[in-house]
Amino acid sequence: MCLSVPSKVVEVREDNTAVVEAFGVKRVVSLDLLQEEVSVGDWVLVHVGFAIQKLQEEYALESLRLFEELLEEEDESSAL
Amino acid sequence: MKAQLFETLRSAEPVKELEVSIKRAVEKFGRLVRIMEFCGGHTHTIVKHGIDQLLEGYVKFVHGPGCPVCVLPMSRVDLAVELARKDDVILCTYGDVLRVPGSNRKSLLDLRAEGKDIRMLYSCLDAIKIALENPDKKVIFFAIGFETTTPQTAVLILKARDFGLKNLFVVSNHVITPAAIQHILNAPELRDYGRVQIDAFIGPGHVSTIIGTKPYEYFAEEFQKPVVISGFEPLDVMQAVYMIVKQLLERRACVENQYVRFVAREGNRKAQRLTAEVFELRKEFEWRGLGKIPYSALKINSKYADFDAEKHFEVQLPPPKEHPACICGKVIRGVAEPTDCKLFGNPCNPSNPLGSCMVSSEGACNAYYKYRRLS
Ligand code: SF4
Repeated sequence: MCLSVPSKVVEVREDNTAVVEAFGVKRVVSLDLLQEEVSVGDWVLVHVGFAIQKLQEEYALESLRLFEELLEEEDESSAL
Repeated sequence: MKAQLFETLRSAEPVKELEVSIKRAVEKFGRLVRIMEFCGGHTHTIVKHGIDQLLEGYVKFVHGPGCPVCVLPMSRVDLAVELARKDDVILCTYGDVLRVPGSNRKSLLDLRAEGKDIRMLYSCLDAIKIALENPDKKVIFFAIGFETTTPQTAVLILKARDFGLKNLFVVSNHVITPAAIQHILNAPELRDYGRVQIDAFIGPGHVSTIIGTKPYEYFAEEFQKPVVISGFEPLDVMQAVYMIVKQLLERRACVENQYVRFVAREGNRKAQRLTAEVFELRKEFEWRGLGKIPYSALKINSKYADFDAEKHFEVQLPPPKEHPACICGKVIRGVAEPTDCKLFGNPCNPSNPLGSCMVSSEGACNAYYKYRRLS
């Protein structure tokens, strides 16, 4: 029950809910806990029927970049 | 682009590369590194993808108590069962709770088979609809979970108030992560006897989306243990382990955030505000395996007392009866492994759980059963 699932927003509704999709399954989730606005195409983390956080895309990509750098750095240091 | 991001996170290639880097760093450090992953979601990832086996001899994972179903004490399961017995009650809760055995192995599922009205909810807001459709019944939401499910319960109570509902009640079993981590760090097993040494923590990812990374700064500082908040893909966990070993090598102990795609230092302020509006700290709360921990859980505050099932319903319970051979308590404390239990696999398994750790996919016994039985 503690599993949160990254899901894609496919429709934003009037009543502060959204239709989201993850692994091919669509669900209606509440947006009552989100601090930011979301629009179609955004990714959110869904937990027991609520979107609890919007994906910070820049950070996500940044962390992947950092990760790659880290590995390169490792390679260099081990080559010494 | 975003879908691709998640694909990269699940791919095996970078995991291999990290394995080499981690092992090299541990060799430099000079001894086995013991890491507690607090959260059951991480336990699941580690056991499912064999990360513990991959790093065997280098990193020892100590499974922590971060599984809400596992730490729910039997007295609370008995309370749910007792409430569900009442004729005018519809008891609602999240799925896994239904299967947790209470005293004398009685679960909510057994009671449902006897004809009691017990409903499994995906979203707690569904309780509102049930309450509106059943005005002659008392609808009780049996709420469990860490900080990741508490704000949802707060929203439920606020909406129930707005709807003017008089037949909706909540039992709060919401527990607090930092209190449990502090308790583990203060435990005599750790401090005095050195039985379960822990060098560092993998911090909960989803809890941290709500509470942020700030609450852990105290532990890192006070107990000089690195804390790295991690996501739940294998690559996330491997990266977090690498970040931890790096800190140990550099003799640093601070809070780092691997899960930047969803976790901010301040967390989700709106969710925190809603939680604070409806809940207040309990003086103490019992955790399975860990005993009573001060200020480790939340109760509904007096402003919303009308919705507090614990105030509305009189329930007398005999002392709970644990299964004599189940060692969930030890598994939760990290001093025993699921396979140390005589009941593991047979007769205790996910379709016939005898203890709470076998019930949900975040429970250590459940993960070992699913992914470790053959080895
Ligand atoms: S295997 Fe079953 S009985 Fe044994 S500790 Fe785990 S949950 Fe309890």
